[in-house]
Amino acid sequence: MTGKGKRETGNVLLEVRDLHATVEGREILRGIDLTVRTGEVHAIMGPNGSGKSTLAQVLAGHPAYAVTAGQVLYEGKDLLAMAPEARAREGVFLAFQYPVAIRGITNAYFLRSAVNAIRKHRGEEELGPVEFMDELEEKLKAIGWDSSYLTRPVNDGFSGGEKKRNEILQLAVLDPRLAILDETDSGLDIDALKTVAHTVDKLRRPDNATVLVTHYYRILTHIRPDFVHVLADGRIVKSGGKELALELEEKGYDWLREAAPVT
Amino acid sequence: MSSGIEAQVLQPYKYGFVTDIESETVAPGLSEDVIRLISQKKGEPGWMVEWRLKAYRNWQKMPEPHWANVQYGPVDYQAISYYAAPKQRPKLDSLDQVDPKLLETFEKLGIPIEERKRLAGVAVDAVFDSVSVATTFREELKKHGVIFCAISEAIREYPDLVRQYLGSVVPYNDNFFAALNSAVFTDGSFVYVPKGVRCPMELSTYFRINAESTGQFERTLIVADAGSHVSYLEGCSAPVRDANQLHAAVVELVALDHATIKYSTIQNWYPGDEEGRGGIYNFVTKRGACRGRGSKISWTQVETGSAITWKYPGCILQGDDSIGEFYSVAVTNHRQQADTGTKMIHMGKNTRSTIVSKGISAGRGQNTYRGLVKILKGAEQARNYSQCDSMLIGDKCGAHTFPYIDVRNSTAIMEHEASTSKIGEDQIFYAKQRGLSAEDAVSMIVNGFCKEVFKELPMEFAVEAQRLLGISLEGSVG
Repeated sequence: MTGKGKRETGNVLLEVRDLHATVEGREILRGIDLTVRTGEVHAIMGPNGSGKSTLAQVLAGHPAYAVTAGQVLYEGKDLLAMAPEARAREGVFLAFQYPVAIRGITNAYFLRSAVNAIRKHRGEEELGPVEFMDELEEKLKAIGWDSSYLTRPVNDGFSGGEKKRNEILQLAVLDPRLAILDETDSGLDIDALKTVAHTVDKLRRPDNATVLVTHYYRILTHIRPDFVHVLADGRIVKSGGKELALELEEKGYDWLREAAPVT
Repeated sequence: MSSGIEAQVLQPYKYGFVTDIESETVAPGLSEDVIRLISQKKGEPGWMVEWRLKAYRNWQKMPEPHWANVQYGPVDYQAISYYAAPKQRPKLDSLDQVDPKLLETFEKLGIPIEERKRLAGVAVDAVFDSVSVATTFREELKKHGVIFCAISEAIREYPDLVRQYLGSVVPYNDNFFAALNSAVFTDGSFVYVPKGVRCPMELSTYFRINAESTGQFERTLIVADAGSHVSYLEGCSAPVRDANQLHAAVVELVALDHATIKYSTIQNWYPGDEEGRGGIYNFVTKRGACRGRGSKISWTQVETGSAITWKYPGCILQGDDSIGEFYSVAVTNHRQQADTGTKMIHMGKNTRSTIVSKGISAGRGQNTYRGLVKILKGAEQARNYSQCDSMLIGDKCGAHTFPYIDVRNSTAIMEHEASTSKIGEDQIFYAKQRGLSAEDAVSMIVNGFCKEVFKELPMEFAVEAQRLLGISLEGSVG
């Protein structure tokens, strides 16, 4: 599929071909095709239960989902053959819809462990606590946080909005090649949404790409997507440029669902 | 739950080697003659023998307790040897005469007792089977008036002190295992910190069971005189053997006015194999008396070893404004069983106690927290805070909580919190998605769960404790 939005200039980063996946025996993804090039932002929209989050989880390698058919290439490599931690170390990042709390482990320690796991994988020297803190300061500021968040346990006692911001902090610190944001905008107030969107937007570079799973048009006014895809019943039923998002905002999803091809 | 996650917590036992050393062992069996023989070997005065015999006669009338949530076959008390000592008994002040094999053993365990290798700031009493083989830094401690020696030596050298306090917290007829210990205890440590002295270093005893078919019955007595302060650490391990071995220790602590005793344990006795063969039965009585005003006793324990653990370190808060604390991490794997907790008895006014218990169960392990908080009539304004958290790894293990609360004064304030959690696939996946390996993810989650207890341990022990749980050092930035 090709979008109408923009010329394709970057290299192919992610290629999803006819992806089928099930959870607890139920088929959720029924043949997804998606090509993401470097420098691009793709928005995945669609009604509840259409498979948006499943797609995000499958790309990250959540063990609860079984891939029953299809292929995913990431930088030309078989992504589905890689363990979740290997995907992460190779630059695939998932901002969770429901971030998980880890009691007793500070945010700073968790972040540094993640950074060092990735650095080690790349053959780079691991960062000590002090060097790491220096690097962190600026990223914290970007999301409007002070350093007190670093000494709090990972997502433990965080509000819904704080958890989402924390995901974006991790995104900013880990600086992945492929960022998948799973409904990061849900549950954020307008100011928080702006901050989060601004941070994500600033991370856009010609050598990375973002897949944005969302329900709402709102975030797309801050992060302008190159492509918008509509998922319904486990398939992409329509792709287009950012104007498609606006159309969805006005008309809803039903007109597309009716148009979905039947197998 | 992948077996990889469980395997991470189920680290192989690393201290299971046997030291090949000739030892002098008393034939198995228990009788008044055996007790007299032990006493004679130790060169004890008459009052000590009489005390032991009194304990023995009481023990004979006592039934073995079976109320704990643990299961094991009958113990044949006549099949156990009650005394084993390496031959060539060393002279206490000269390490030159200690068998090099013993030095090597403790070195392998990470407890260097040779002069040049000693840990700075930690004085060590090394107990091998039934005897203390060396106590380091004695002279240095003596300068501050601190007595730190083997209890067998204390009975000979400081009989008045020992007589005054021995059995004053745990009487010889306190319970079945305490009575047995009183009858046959062989060695252990004695500490006396004089008035107003802050002990200049950590004191530590390392217990090693080596001989086969023996029991270890150590007895530790720590007395902190008014205004003094002492921190004591205890570690232990044993070789891998197919038969169960009995370890029945008694620890008594006495804190006088405004004195503080901090007692930390890392219990790593051989836990038995995956099928539950072998391992130590760890049936221990530990109790501290906060006898003076404003005194404080703090227990911290990390229990990873033993086939069966039966242990309730407690505090008797007699003095007004006294404080009792209990911080515990208990891990059960394979077929290990632990029934552990604490007793806080509030007698004085404004007494306070804190209980933080973390139970981790994996494999087919069964982990029970059992705790008693008792507020007596005179304990005006007593306060207790209890927190019991359980973590399950896998679906074949169990966690149980039995909190007993007995309040007889209406001004008391009690708080109890409890939680049970499972290491979830989602938690592991979350950490993996950030690039961490499954092992590091589990380490991190378990370590975070235990953090409130680990932070109570002295530095050297905190590191050891984390390592024991198969955990990489947390070294939190924050």
